[in-house]
Amino acid sequence: MSWPALQVGGTDMFGLDLSFLNWDLISKFVIKGFIFSVQLTIVATIGGIILGTILALMRLSGKKILTVPATIYVNGMRSVPLVMVILWFFLLVPASFYEMIPGGSNYRAEISAIITFVAFEAAYFSEIMRAGIQSISSGQVNAGRALGMTYAQNMRLIILPQAFRNMVPILLTQTIILFQDTSLVYAIGAYDLLKGFSTAGKIYGRPEEAYLLAAVVYFVMCFSLSFLVKRLQNKIAIIR
Amino acid sequence: MTWDWKVFLNDDGGGRTYLQWMFDAWGWTLAVAGASWVVAMVVGALFGTLRTLPNSPWLTRFANAWVELFRNIPLLVQIFIWYFVVPKIFPPMKELPSFVLVVFALGFFTSARIAEQVRAGIQALPRGQRYAGMAMGFTTVQTYRYVILPMAIRIIIPPLTSESMNLLKNSSVAFAVSIAELTMFAMQAQEETSRGIEIYLAVTALYAVSAFTVNRVMALVEKKLQIPGYVMAGASGGGH
Repeated sequence: MSWPALQVGGTDMFGLDLSFLNWDLISKFVIKGFIFSVQLTIVATIGGIILGTILALMRLSGKKILTVPATIYVNGMRSVPLVMVILWFFLLVPASFYEMIPGGSNYRAEISAIITFVAFEAAYFSEIMRAGIQSISSGQVNAGRALGMTYAQNMRLIILPQAFRNMVPILLTQTIILFQDTSLVYAIGAYDLLKGFSTAGKIYGRPEEAYLLAAVVYFVMCFSLSFLVKRLQNKIAIIR
Repeated sequence: MTWDWKVFLNDDGGGRTYLQWMFDAWGWTLAVAGASWVVAMVVGALFGTLRTLPNSPWLTRFANAWVELFRNIPLLVQIFIWYFVVPKIFPPMKELPSFVLVVFALGFFTSARIAEQVRAGIQALPRGQRYAGMAMGFTTVQTYRYVILPMAIRIIIPPLTSESMNLLKNSSVAFAVSIAELTMFAMQAQEETSRGIEIYLAVTALYAVSAFTVNRVMALVEKKLQIPGYVMAGASGGGH
């Protein structure tokens, strides 16, 4: 099955030829990469939010032994380009680690990418969470204390639920940025959405068209997601 | 494992030491980032302003579309588009060195983010400022030139600082089209010397130093531009 409609104006426009695009190409090269990109995004978001919340709580704890390491970690991660962090983890994660995962040694770049993104995004999510926790008015904190709640109960039952809710649009926006950033696993050759397109482009001898299609796919996904986030934001704003 | 910092004194096979190569690469990083910064600031300020014009719906729409386009495609994909696709559509651009193409890519990518900040800064100003300009008999251009922009630019310096630091970090993505910048150096030198940790540490430190310098320079600019005794009313939403 091919899509002749994409052959704008016969076979080429601006010297581009999209006629090589067919279901075969998508199923052979693109879907595999697409699935990995989405997996990476989801795992990094969930892992990053959990780790990021822990980091944020450490920074807000007021105990030096917790705040100092958390601050160094967060600021360190944020002052280094993501590509360098990807390279660092790829270099440092020992080969024996991949062997512990069944079939892991065939997917070193992919596994390393997942670890990197969780660790890297945790720093950014922790800043969002910290702002979210600090935005809860002190009256709420005091109310929890007045009820005799412990610090942990206060956090879990009063502050974090409100903070998460306030932060949902920003967390989702960060996730969209994260999805775009997953393309940087190119540096270690992991097979993601972009790699799927570039591989197909190489094999069919049409790299330009492949990159153009990749851009279209990323754009459509990110644009529609940010549109949904905007709508959600309005909804939340009305309820409050 | 033991350190081997002497690796930086080894010859890279082309008559210079790895240390010299690294500083050359740092120069490329700063050149890419600096040139892109100029492009991003000029284009971003222009489009950000266009987005707030009161009576030009088409210009506003065009500027909004620009921002959405460049915000929703990953930087790496945009670099590939500039490198592979654009010269194919406009053959004269084949003459351009890849440095210029990367500057376009990184500059326009960042311009969308700057435009977003500029728009936010202008809209944070109390509406009275615009009316005051109109009441003085100013044209739209004069209102922007003398009333709105001087205020807005001061409001958005903190977010512009972090965008400038992001731009510096994002310049690392230029490795993908073989610009001889720091990340490219890190990857190649790691392969040639197998002293990845030393090489990566040095490169990471240079990135951190550069980002910190940008931060300090912007803080200086903020201080220089500050109007004595003036508290930013627009930023907090109240005041005149």
